[in-house]
Amino acid sequence: MLRDITIGQYYQTESPVHRLDPRVKIGGTLLYIISLFLFSGFAGYIAAAVFLAVVIRLSHVPFRFMVKGMKAILFLLLITVGFNLFLTPGTELISFWKLSITREGAEMAVTMAVRLTLLIIGSSVMTLTTTPNNLTDGMEKMMKPLRIFHVPAHEVAMIMSIALRFIPILLEETDKIMKAQLARGADFDSGNLLQRARSMVPILVPLFISAFRRANDLAMAMEARCYRGGEGRTKMKPLIYQRRDRIGYLCILGYLVIGVTLSRIW
Amino acid sequence: MAIIFDHVNHVYGGDTPLAVKALDDICLQIQDGQFVGIIGHTGSGKSTLVQHMNGLLKATSGHIYFNGEDIYDRDYSLKKLRSKVGLVFQYPEHQLFEVDVFSDVCFGPQNLGYDKKEAELKAFEALRKVGLPSELYYQSPFELSGGQKRRAAIAGVLAMEPEVLILDEPTAGLDPRGRAEILDQIKGLQTDTGMTILLVSHSMEDVAEYVDRIVVMNKGRILYDDCPKEIFARYRELEEIGLAAPQVTYILHELQNRGFQVDMNATTIEEAAETVADAVRMRKKR
Amino acid sequence: MGIVRTENLIYEYIRRDEEGNVEGITTAVDRVSLDIAPGEFIAVLGHNGSGKSTLAKHINAILNPTEGTVWVDGMDTSREESVWDIRRTAGMVFQNPDNQIIGQVVEEDVGFGPENMGVPTREIWERVEESLKAVGMYEYRKYSPNKLSGGQKQRVSIAGVLAMHPKCIVLDEPTAMLDPRGRREVIRAVRALNQVEEITVILITHYMEEIVHADRVFVMEGGRVALEGTPREIFSQVEKLKSLRLDVPQVTLLAHELRRRGIDLPEGILTGQELADALCAIV
Repeated sequence: MLRDITIGQYYQTESPVHRLDPRVKIGGTLLYIISLFLFSGFAGYIAAAVFLAVVIRLSHVPFRFMVKGMKAILFLLLITVGFNLFLTPGTELISFWKLSITREGAEMAVTMAVRLTLLIIGSSVMTLTTTPNNLTDGMEKMMKPLRIFHVPAHEVAMIMSIALRFIPILLEETDKIMKAQLARGADFDSGNLLQRARSMVPILVPLFISAFRRANDLAMAMEARCYRGGEGRTKMKPLIYQRRDRIGYLCILGYLVIGVTLSRIW
Repeated sequence: MAIIFDHVNHVYGGDTPLAVKALDDICLQIQDGQFVGIIGHTGSGKSTLVQHMNGLLKATSGHIYFNGEDIYDRDYSLKKLRSKVGLVFQYPEHQLFEVDVFSDVCFGPQNLGYDKKEAELKAFEALRKVGLPSELYYQSPFELSGGQKRRAAIAGVLAMEPEVLILDEPTAGLDPRGRAEILDQIKGLQTDTGMTILLVSHSMEDVAEYVDRIVVMNKGRILYDDCPKEIFARYRELEEIGLAAPQVTYILHELQNRGFQVDMNATTIEEAAETVADAVRMRKKR
Repeated sequence: MGIVRTENLIYEYIRRDEEGNVEGITTAVDRVSLDIAPGEFIAVLGHNGSGKSTLAKHINAILNPTEGTVWVDGMDTSREESVWDIRRTAGMVFQNPDNQIIGQVVEEDVGFGPENMGVPTREIWERVEESLKAVGMYEYRKYSPNKLSGGQKQRVSIAGVLAMHPKCIVLDEPTAMLDPRGRREVIRAVRALNQVEEITVILITHYMEEIVHADRVFVMEGGRVALEGTPREIFSQVEKLKSLRLDVPQVTLLAHELRRRGIDLPEGILTGQELADALCAIV
């Protein structure tokens, strides 16, 4: 049943955002993140928040899935806010005990909180609406021009997609090995940290051996099917921009123009 | 009475709509010293069943008793249960990890708290029981042949001196020679020690010659539980669930339909040859 | 000239100990000469370590002969420049279904071979469709391979090779890790390829019941071809097969036992039907 887990956090549904070319979504997300750091002033952030809200609405993904990603970084967020709030010098607003909150500090803290929240939710939209497979394809194609700098775009993409295929298999295998060692009286839960680390050896050794064996088999199977790197390969599902993708790019551009203008004015 | 299952259910996936009933109201008794075959195709629940016997999986509802004690009692030690009910997984050689065969076999008894010397004695005994040549004891387990690895892995469980030994597809992936050797060894173990042995398999032919009782699993339920002869008599029903009786059963039925008076109880080649030869002589006399 | 031909093929490998010193030389394949005609269904039978898998890997140019020559469709496998042509002429299916599926979706996996060969996108789709249909897996084209049974995964692997339009398929113990149902599925698919698509099949196995439909059988032992002939000829040599500890089908064994008990039956009986007919003829 471990095999049923989904890697990444793709949310399966039909939506205009799901149908977009992965390159639009990757590019859009990058631009969006940059915009968050370019904008100064609240108008820009309002524009960013509104834009994100519209995209989320269009994606048909329930909002609670977006917020899930936030939980993981809540601690980081609090620390960042805390540091900015208390450690920024400037005009003092309130002070108690040894701490003081300055006007600049408060502004900075709010800005950081908004930035980080939008950033996390913004990137969640991309991972929730794009299958890992599609993401890999998109990245491969976008990185292709980097070939002149000897960036192995195809190889990296191939490694990623193989990893995605084998992670569930290896997880299941881990479960099986663990059970087998438990059946031999192994104990993974008691003892101090060192003892626990040592008790992992009977799991890790077989797991690594199995992973190497699989890697070896797979390499042979790939060669037998004429795989020889990215040169001269065609694609079964090539990425081709559609009308909706051009519209997607235009929307992002529109958002950038509006955002930049607004943050200049106010 | 070694193992008792009392209305045991196991559901994967909890309350979600994807929940799968892997075990459905299982009632089963395994007596001491029995040699039982558990047959079913992939996904029939046979592996799930045996993983309940040593507490690796916990029943969603129902009770399991080992030697009269409820294994789900709060103060019942699962670790002790696992040493009494030895479970050898499918492809057990994939769990070998030590630098040499001997240390690997010592792993079980050492986990049970035996000191080095006792553990080594038990390991030695177990390796002898599985018939692994002694010159291999100090070799790396990864350098052994397929059949040898499997023996070493079985020894790893035997070294804990279990009262019940469960083997999940012990012959999977072996060639016919290796298959026959392992099964002969297991049979020998059973006759020598009188141990309770459960053999999980999807092959009737493998099991037919060895066990004295067969439990047929299908869709998480026990479909039949009887001696081999009675089970094979239902070969038509077995076929419907994707299993097959040994070929001999089919041949005897074919011959019976053509008017030969053969004894349908024959399950091995020897028995079948005997009864067919008699039937032919009788027909010739007439 | 045959589609696959070997002449005095020898493959040796050097065993080394942990320090890398030479311990000895093992001859995995020893002077094997075969000539396989296009469209034949060949079964190669033998134990683990009999050299049958090593032989198979030569046909796909994964291994190169130590001595002797292997020709695939007239191409010498030891010539570097024809390796890729050989691999698309003689496809290969391996034992472990999990370790040969690359794609995360069934159809993408089947498309992997044609992609590597540079087949145009439209044609890839056509090939994927026909290959999946040929093995009866078309309904599963959108599935993740992880959700398929062993037999289904092996059929996907076969489709993956088929999509490369090979003339010959070598299957290296494709059923060793499957249950009886999965085994039947795979063998049915393989027979269909041979009969309908007229692809040469070289099936390597240790299951006797899988070779019954072959045109010719090679039994390997210790790197050499120990027996060669039609399944019927092979199965008539019960004592020899037993001495090699190969599984003889129960019908054949029964017929053999009956013969020993003085009942005059012909050699090489393969099915229950044949046995019943033969017995009826006697009485």
